[in-house]
Amino acid sequence: MTQASNLLDRREAVKALLADRGDLLVISGLGSASYDVFNTGDHDGNFYLWGAMGGAAMMGLGLAQAQPRRPVLVITGDGEQLMGVGSLLTIAAHAPANLSIAVLDNGHFGETGMQRSHSGLGARLDVIAKGAGFPMVAEINDMADIAAFRSSVKNLSAGPKLALIRIATTHVDRALPPRDGAFLKNRFRQHLGFAVT
Amino acid sequence: MNIAALPDDIASRPDWPGAIYRTLKEHGVAQISYVPDAGHSRLIELSHADPAIKTTVLTTEEEGVALSAGAWLGGERAALLMQSSGVGNCINMLSLLSSCRFPLLTLVTMRGEWAEFNPWQIPMGKATAQAFEIMGVTVFRLERAEDAAEVVSAAASLAFESDQPIAILISQRMLGHKKWTETK
Repeated sequence: MTQASNLLDRREAVKALLADRGDLLVISGLGSASYDVFNTGDHDGNFYLWGAMGGAAMMGLGLAQAQPRRPVLVITGDGEQLMGVGSLLTIAAHAPANLSIAVLDNGHFGETGMQRSHSGLGARLDVIAKGAGFPMVAEINDMADIAAFRSSVKNLSAGPKLALIRIATTHVDRALPPRDGAFLKNRFRQHLGFAVT
Repeated sequence: MNIAALPDDIASRPDWPGAIYRTLKEHGVAQISYVPDAGHSRLIELSHADPAIKTTVLTTEEEGVALSAGAWLGGERAALLMQSSGVGNCINMLSLLSSCRFPLLTLVTMRGEWAEFNPWQIPMGKATAQAFEIMGVTVFRLERAEDAAEVVSAAASLAFESDQPIAILISQRMLGHKKWTETK
């Protein structure tokens, strides 16, 4: 695949998504998406997945249904979302207004040696989401559109929303968040006011 | 063609789906997700009819494992309903539970274990309990309708108070024969 040289830098894209995050809750899909979110700045309202491939969006749905007054943003890669592509149908069918999904799409499985993904071979996750019934989808190629999407994420109506963010395959160093899942879970729940028992 | 969803003598049995529903409510379950099964049809109806329960139909069972974990992150208790044929679909997603010590409460209607008509159900039916156990899920069996409330209550306590993944296998003998002839 030839890439346009003006594709977005993934770290800059995620920093822009999370600027002025307010009461945003974030689930990140395993691999580079988790590194990107952690690189932006650790936060008690972040839950970083290190496994459970294909499950990020569904964790977002369960969280969004439990916390309807908080905006929930799932940030994940194209490969992770492709493995759970059916979850786009489930999410659209239940229309959680406060749930948004940002797919960082470089068309490749970056963590495993840059093999081309179905997205890189032509599949369009934004079109699939539209067909599933997402009321709002966007294909994003520039930073201005990321700022616009960030505003819409905080609007707790008209969801669920999905943004396909075209990013470059350029190498970035790993930024490794904590790997202890029980710690991350308890920290997140404490952030929402639930006591650790 | 109308293949009957429930056994003929269902009306004469204890209302175990009602007992399960009431027990889940008593334990504060606020989200129920499912891949449908005829044996779960009454419980699914009760869940959809209850505005206090967010009821989610899934495309595959593993979605419900992740959804249950997300619900818990947000402070809610969830239950997952599936047929035994779906348990294998969940294997890798079940790693989420032990990696993070998330609770799970899943109720599984059994096929392929008692007077089964469809040989294609048998391999996964025979492997259902082992599939859960190799991933660290504790398996309870519900064999008698009158035990439904007690078994579900014990499982819910273990799941939500001791952060354990628990599967309740509802025996095919208790569910009764699926009727395969057409009804007019």
